[in-house]
Amino acid sequence: MTTGRVLAALVLAALGVAPFVPMGGMGEYVIFVMVQVFIWSFIGNAWSLMGRFGLVSLGHGAFLGVGAYTTTLLWNFYGLTPWVGVIVAMAAAVVLALVVAYPCSRFGIVGHYFGLVTLAVGEVIRLLLIAERDWTGGSLGLTLKTAGDASFYAVQYADKRVFYYGAFVVWLLGLWVWHRLDRSMARAAMEAIGEDETAAASVGIHVSRFKLAITSLSAALTAFGGVVYAQYIAYVNPETLAGVGVSLRIVFAVVLGGMYSLLGPTVGTALTISLSEYLRVKFGVHFIGMAETIYGLILVVFIIFLPSGIYGSLRGLLVRRTPARA
Amino acid sequence: MSNLLDLVLNNPLLLAEAALNGLLLGGVLALLALGLNLIFGVLDIVWIVYVDLAMLSMYLIYFTVQVYGWPLLAGAAAGIGLGVLLGIGVHLLIITPILTSPPVNQLLATGGLLFFIQSLATFLWTTDHRSVRLTLPTIEVAGMFVSFARLIAFVLAVVVMVGLYLFLTRTYIGTAIRAVSQDRGAMALMGANPQRIYIVTSAVGGALAGVAAALLIIQYSVHPHFGAAFGPITFMICVLGGLGNMFGAFVASFIMSEIISIGGVVWSTEMGYVIAFALFIVLMFIRPGGIFAKKQ
Repeated sequence: MTTGRVLAALVLAALGVAPFVPMGGMGEYVIFVMVQVFIWSFIGNAWSLMGRFGLVSLGHGAFLGVGAYTTTLLWNFYGLTPWVGVIVAMAAAVVLALVVAYPCSRFGIVGHYFGLVTLAVGEVIRLLLIAERDWTGGSLGLTLKTAGDASFYAVQYADKRVFYYGAFVVWLLGLWVWHRLDRSMARAAMEAIGEDETAAASVGIHVSRFKLAITSLSAALTAFGGVVYAQYIAYVNPETLAGVGVSLRIVFAVVLGGMYSLLGPTVGTALTISLSEYLRVKFGVHFIGMAETIYGLILVVFIIFLPSGIYGSLRGLLVRRTPARA
Repeated sequence: MSNLLDLVLNNPLLLAEAALNGLLLGGVLALLALGLNLIFGVLDIVWIVYVDLAMLSMYLIYFTVQVYGWPLLAGAAAGIGLGVLLGIGVHLLIITPILTSPPVNQLLATGGLLFFIQSLATFLWTTDHRSVRLTLPTIEVAGMFVSFARLIAFVLAVVVMVGLYLFLTRTYIGTAIRAVSQDRGAMALMGANPQRIYIVTSAVGGALAGVAAALLIIQYSVHPHFGAAFGPITFMICVLGGLGNMFGAFVASFIMSEIISIGGVVWSTEMGYVIAFALFIVLMFIRPGGIFAKKQ
């Protein structure tokens, strides 16, 4: 693993100094894209905490929306700092997660059904955000009240590099959580539950407790990601932060990269964002929809031919050559 | 709730009109839900892209009728034909290679196709709303105003559903389809060719999407996000009725359409959907196998 560690250290160092590398006027744009990659990778990572154990949620936009709107509304209407707001936001997401996950677990709703229930939850949140237009701005969205060029209290910075490092740390935090979980007993328990709930329960695993815990963790982290995104973009919109569209985008990026590996969500997110940015720059506004068309086609092809994702498949090839660990 | 009470007391006619419109909408929703449910029952795959296929047929009908001046019936026939081709195409190109993959991948593959179709439609035809303009009257029944187009759509939807029922119960291939949805393994043991039944099912499902498209285009305008607007409610109906349970899907369609229609009049369109989805979530907890599932 030493070569791997050296490589990882090099990549981290490169990412650490990236904002100060002269890029001939492209710097601003590169940083803008990188921050998006960090934030969405983190969110994808949060989703994969559940997804890898067969709890495939098609409604993570709900947690994203709850998170982003909670801090934004608290800040806009009550002037509450996002530092406190984020805690409220994560708590709200956990409550929502429990309200949905407890009955799901209690009544044995798994697989397709779990996916469709969560999809409905995502839609409910999106529609509620649109319906309560008096204070959420409806489908027009809501802009964060500005607090100057650099405000620690409001977490607003005109300098994108601040967000770059912030998002970088958040991304690393997400990887750390994934890694911790991967090394814990909970992972073994969750894998057993994912394989066969009844069998898992029969060997003394508390199925509901583990499912609720992992769902709450995933929801809280997703809401956190939503808050970071809202602070960065300084604008929230029900279409980009809740509902089926964004929920599926998260899932696609993760499946594309590979949901069973640490860096899968990151690889998938980096690829999808780079692809859509590249196509957007290449085709521009004359070909609205072209980027997503190609993106959708590639996704279908990938799901058919590389079901364990790009990173997952590459890693699979490497692992097969060395003796199996477990 | 005060809005509802207010409406009941002061303007019951408006409420009755909403209920009637809900009933008429339910007919077309039922058609979509039955098509999706038929495919689910046989293949055990949820085609997330289903309503988007109907959307493509709607575009075809729009262009043939409105741009090339075909008669509506010819346009509708073309739309149904496209539905059949799309159904078979999706099955052969996307479902067949991943028939044995985990269900999640199957769900996501059709989801990827959804992205593709939605964006391609945006790219080719922009986000403009397009409708087939019919000069059909609005008829008045006991003080309620009902669009004639909706009434026709409802009647035709019911006729097609009766046809589907007869097809499934009275024909050999229909019986085979029902047999597969009951027990896939046993059916292969009996010597039936599953792939042939899958293709027929997908074609019938596609045809139903085409019929629904023809009935939708005379009431609603088509745009690239049409599938996103009607898709989720269609899945909810299928699950609520019990995936694979045709009768359940039929009844659930009317429950959902009534909630959406009445909720839309009492509160707002969004709240109508919120209530419908919330009811779906709650019912899933109470009766996970659908409203007509037998108690385990």
